[in-house]
Amino acid sequence: MNRLRLLTGMVTLLFTATVAMADITIGVNLSTTGPAASLGIPEKNALAFAPKTIAGQNVKLVVYDDASDTTTAVQNTKRLVSENKVDLIIGSSTTPCSLAMVDVAAGAKTPMLSVASASAIVAPVDAKRKWAFKVSANDDIYAAAMVAHMVKKGVKSVGVIAVDDPYGESNTQEYVKLAKKYGIKTQSIEKFKKTDTSVTAQVLKLMSGKPDAMFIVAVGTPAALPHTALVERGYKGKIYQTGGAANADFLRVGGKALEGSFLPASPVLVAEQLPNGYPTKAEALKFAKAYEGKYGPRSTFASHIWDALKIVEAAVPKALKKAKPGTPEFRQALRDAIETTKGYNGAYAVFNMSPTDHSGVDQRGMSVIKIENGKWKLEDHAKF
Amino acid sequence: MDSTIFLLLAQDALTNGAIYILLALATILIFGVTRIIFIPQGEFVAFGALTLATLQMGEVPGTVWLVVALAVVAAIMEAYRLLRMGVSREIPAAVARTLAPPLVVSGIAYVCAPLNLNLGWQVLLTVMLVTTLGPLVYRVAFRPIADTSVLNLLIAAVAVHFALVGLALLFFGAEGFRTPAFSEAQIPLGVLTVSGQSIWVYVMSIAFIGLLAYFFGRTMYGKALRAVAFNRNGARLVGISPSLAGTLAFALAALIGCLSGILIGPITTIYYDSGFLIGLKGFASAIVGGLASYPMAAGGALLVGITESYSSFWLSAYKDVVVFTLIIPVLLWLSLRSVHFEEEE
Repeated sequence: MNRLRLLTGMVTLLFTATVAMADITIGVNLSTTGPAASLGIPEKNALAFAPKTIAGQNVKLVVYDDASDTTTAVQNTKRLVSENKVDLIIGSSTTPCSLAMVDVAAGAKTPMLSVASASAIVAPVDAKRKWAFKVSANDDIYAAAMVAHMVKKGVKSVGVIAVDDPYGESNTQEYVKLAKKYGIKTQSIEKFKKTDTSVTAQVLKLMSGKPDAMFIVAVGTPAALPHTALVERGYKGKIYQTGGAANADFLRVGGKALEGSFLPASPVLVAEQLPNGYPTKAEALKFAKAYEGKYGPRSTFASHIWDALKIVEAAVPKALKKAKPGTPEFRQALRDAIETTKGYNGAYAVFNMSPTDHSGVDQRGMSVIKIENGKWKLEDHAKF
Repeated sequence: MDSTIFLLLAQDALTNGAIYILLALATILIFGVTRIIFIPQGEFVAFGALTLATLQMGEVPGTVWLVVALAVVAAIMEAYRLLRMGVSREIPAAVARTLAPPLVVSGIAYVCAPLNLNLGWQVLLTVMLVTTLGPLVYRVAFRPIADTSVLNLLIAAVAVHFALVGLALLFFGAEGFRTPAFSEAQIPLGVLTVSGQSIWVYVMSIAFIGLLAYFFGRTMYGKALRAVAFNRNGARLVGISPSLAGTLAFALAALIGCLSGILIGPITTIYYDSGFLIGLKGFASAIVGGLASYPMAAGGALLVGITESYSSFWLSAYKDVVVFTLIIPVLLWLSLRSVHFEEEE
């Protein structure tokens, strides 16, 4: 149904492109197929909550799939800016695709809101990244929450097993940097592939060093394989996962093996357990109710799109005062307006953008979650 | 590395190697009989595991619809072929022959899916569904071009691979699945613990090798397949239909792939796109056997399993690089050693 609606939306857009030039056009490019499909699909689901009108202007969505491929991401972005003449781009799901899009978006002077994780997408803010924004926490925010928890639990040595892709690479790097600062020893860093039939060898190598804790870096269900292997081999220490693992399918595949492990993730997953008055609680509950009523268990990835849409909704009225949609002036004004987003209490995090920080997510967007009885349990949250 | 780790790695290598043996056998079988380098062999593995996982959840797997759709396409193609040959009165019988088995199998699966049968029945349903898929894929994608060059067939195989992966994403979603183990037993063996599931893998692998040996050595159909693999034209002259041989080879390959999927489903997480890499390792093993020798391919599969396991321990980031680099010296050795003869096109 949803897909049909998007399709009809795209078709009507084609036919009405000439008459409806004043409408606000949002281009979306997500990885709904290919290796990152487990991110892209919930993200695309959340597009159903896009507002039909903002400040009296009709909103048109044009949605493309980049198949988790950087070349396709660039082509899609070129189509969005040249054929569809979009005022703003949302996407893509992964860091490599988003990085590839930054150049095109900047070339066309069109603001883009990435939903991927790595800080390299928006930092440092230079001539190109001036146009790029990101609605997810930087890697170091994740690492900081986790390392703080490790220090609290007295962890001195850690073995790392990371998925062999850019997500694994960048998260491992951020973690190692921070761990060093806090005197936690990284014993060895092993790699595995999502489609591997066995990680026994890597797990044996990690366990031979007898570390206090293990850190598994992977997105979604692939994170379960090393975890189960560790438990099967009788590893008794603490096991940490990254926020990317946090989805309902990960819990399903990992099953009992996951009990008692920790992961840093947005408090949106445990919105109900947050203390009253936590800045993101209200919006997170609103998002959870809307999403779960329609698609099943909530996902942090879907909450990125929710927040991206809200940020756009708040920025458009400001930009409309300066120019009409479809013009370069409007895109410039929209960019400026997004950059001044202040104190928006989103579902995923609190956003405070500035000319030097185009992610705007601080430690309040991160909590440490424990897996207990196959459910997320709030272990630790930031001060507010 | 101490002796315990050495043994554990060897055990891991053996389990993976056993799966690669099965896939290498299927790859050689298809190549021998049809000259197709069958890239999508791994997709049967993924379809096997994921179909079983979907049945476990009490839902109708997308495989059912794929089988029905392919059967309809195959029936139309068959009717068109007979029409062009000018024997239109044979059409109803041929269409019925093409449609009946897939429709019966998918019908049974559709009815049984929500019943939450026990694991054994669900495995049987999965095997029936995926095995039906094999001949249908052959009929739709390969039979019309069965006599073209190896390269054309390879290109068609790549296309089938992409189509099946795309369909798997549509049917099963992007997230992975684990299926329940056939046996939860853990048998202590010195420093090692052998899981019941890995014993299943070994037993099935050995049983299949024995079964294939019996099939090719003792049965009429098996001998016919060998004849086609040995000399297509000669086989045709003595009245063996290459298309029947192709259909049979694909059914066997799909069966082997599906069983491999069901066997490793409880050991690892299977994704819609898991099949490719597993199949590729089976292919690498088959290359060691020169795409012709079954025993050599089995040796190759163990070699791939061992290389994979030990290189994961020392050089986990370059594991696949090491495994696939292995093929280069093997190819070099094979091409230096063998006498070249041009294939008739």
